Amino acid sequence: MANYRELWESLGVDLKKHDELCAVLPEFFEEIYLSQNDRPENMNYFNFVVSEIHGYRIQELADHKEKGAKVVGTFCVYVPDEITFAGGGIGIGLCGGSDFWIPDGEKVLPRNTCPLIKASIGAKLGNTCPYFSSADLLVGETTCDGKKKAWEILGEYTPVHVMDLPQMKREKGKLHWMDEIKIYKDKIEELTGTEVTKENLEKSIKLINDKRRALQRLYNLRKEENLPISGKDALLITQIAFYDDPERFTEKVHALCDELEKRAAEGVSVFAEGTPRILVTGTPMAIPNWKMHHLIETSGGAVVCEETCTGVKYFQDLVNEDNETMEDQLRSLTDRYLNINCACFTPNDGRIDDIIRLYKEYKADGVIYYSLPFCSTYAIEYKKVKEALEKEGIPVIMIETDYSLQDAGQIKTRLEAFFEMLDAPEK
Amino acid sequence: MVCPHVARVYITTVIEGVSQLFSIGIDMGSVGTKAVIYNGEMIDKIVIPTGWSPKNAGTEVFNALLKRNNIKKEQVKKIITTGYGRSSLDFADKAVTEITCHAKGAFFLNENIRTVLDIGGQDSKVIALDEAGNVSDFLMNDKCAAGTGRFLQVMATLLEMDVEDFSAINSTVKPQKISSMCTVFAESEIISLLANGVEKESLALGILDSIANRAVSMLKRVGIHSEIGFTGGVSKSKNLVTLIEEKTGLNLYSHPDSQIAGALGAAIIGWNKINLGYIE
Repeated sequence: MANYRELWESLGVDLKKHDELCAVLPEFFEEIYLSQNDRPENMNYFNFVVSEIHGYRIQELADHKEKGAKVVGTFCVYVPDEITFAGGGIGIGLCGGSDFWIPDGEKVLPRNTCPLIKASIGAKLGNTCPYFSSADLLVGETTCDGKKKAWEILGEYTPVHVMDLPQMKREKGKLHWMDEIKIYKDKIEELTGTEVTKENLEKSIKLINDKRRALQRLYNLRKEENLPISGKDALLITQIAFYDDPERFTEKVHALCDELEKRAAEGVSVFAEGTPRILVTGTPMAIPNWKMHHLIETSGGAVVCEETCTGVKYFQDLVNEDNETMEDQLRSLTDRYLNINCACFTPNDGRIDDIIRLYKEYKADGVIYYSLPFCSTYAIEYKKVKEALEKEGIPVIMIETDYSLQDAGQIKTRLEAFFEMLDAPEK
Repeated sequence: MVCPHVARVYITTVIEGVSQLFSIGIDMGSVGTKAVIYNGEMIDKIVIPTGWSPKNAGTEVFNALLKRNNIKKEQVKKIITTGYGRSSLDFADKAVTEITCHAKGAFFLNENIRTVLDIGGQDSKVIALDEAGNVSDFLMNDKCAAGTGRFLQVMATLLEMDVEDFSAINSTVKPQKISSMCTVFAESEIISLLANGVEKESLALGILDSIANRAVSMLKRVGIHSEIGFTGGVSKSKNLVTLIEEKTGLNLYSHPDSQIAGALGAAIIGWNKINLGYIE
């Protein structure tokens, strides 16, 4: 990474502590990512983005800010980026995928809190994430009890706006969510001083849809019999989608897809023949949480799709681009966002349909249900998902794990046993 | 721990056929290392403590089996390892997880088994089998020592008893309820109960009861299908067997060789590979 110390210092980053984080990340990335065989050449851009994770993009954000732009940090796929960008803001998905930040989070949160929340709060409070430090506003949402209460704590340190997501998908919930989107629009206008108009919203809807279309193209290539890209690499790209410049990101993903399409035509695979194809479903994997994919792909499996927020939930639906009025645009946004099937909703049968559909579309052999500890909604929902999958004859196992590597050995045993089960001669 | 009967049977076979082929399964568990030599039948078996090095223990049981059965290394065509130390032997042909091996071994010991309950030193698991003896589902408690052999051992030490002593406890003793499953918390709970004058025999039964409850809830989550085979070192505890039988209303099938079911399963997998001509 180039020298960004002055920039970090100006953002109030705790340099000494941040150095510790910067010291471990390259080795970690090399071990997990660069050690893979036959990686597509166009992964180089994404390698670069990671190698410069707290540098290049932070500088870019600082340059935008100098010209008056506002940076808005988000934590969830329900927050409509379209509004942020329409109002001249820059939306960045904030991470919280490393146990580096957990001790700082545990200073203010109970230990038995989900690691994603602990790490996010710790990153802000410890001043060790320049993205948090760059954000002019953080936008939370009510997708779980842990987050709801954490926003109150975060609000003591930085401006926070919370969007109240309904928990049932009824007509009145829709109206409520549309109202929340309008409130968010007012908030953004107040922050940036730029009015959200039909014209700039139309542009931003197109901008974000284009990013989604690029990711859809990428994921479609993972349906190939011969997998042209590893699950780990695909996950990395989706994670980067949350904070990279949308236009450049879209272009780079398409460049990669051109290469992958060639691979597909030639039947090139990054996995040995007969490698079991795994659909991962469950809780989000914020960068640099690559643990589950790494364990799967070093235990004899290949991840073909993620039914997660850092997977298809982020991009499988587009926003309708054909709107007469701004009210229509806001309704289209409401429809698109409320169509995401998060476990915070009751009931949430749409998620089960998604899992079964994706299992078929991606020609998966088995499902791994991934849950972070203390995520009650996803953990409890496992029972219904398992029963539905059993009815369809789809093998599934649940793995609950945090960011630390202490249980890696045990998880590998379970994964290997699962793959042995999928490989049994009678199957 | 050699079964003299089996060993004797074998000696006659080796005299008849010098070029006989064998497979060996080695299960390097957290507490014990088990190995089985096999040629369609179990020829011999051995159990030793694993100690700090699964590699040393695995090598030791392998050599011991060869030596005392007078078999040459060349006659062993497949060596399959399993258990948490399964990747530590460089002379092995393949490592297979203990889940698959325990299922194979238990099914060999009794073809009617559809559910395996295995409580080992470090983890406990429930495995569902299909008609052909293949794994169809499994659940593994590997997060902590709760409900495992380690839990039993720690608690026995605390009571200054041997695990074997638990079986000798008079059936009139009433078990004391232990509410904590966590080894660390249960330890403090037992210390306070002892301080309150609770008899250690009734605590010992309470400990078994809590392990049985844990096992039954795991069984129910996977779904119990008869017959249930009980394997792993902890399956040697007779009163635990009785407790689980009472709680499920079903008989537990426990074979005298159940402790070596993993090693046996590994040996069978190896033997099938020899016979089916698998080349991996």
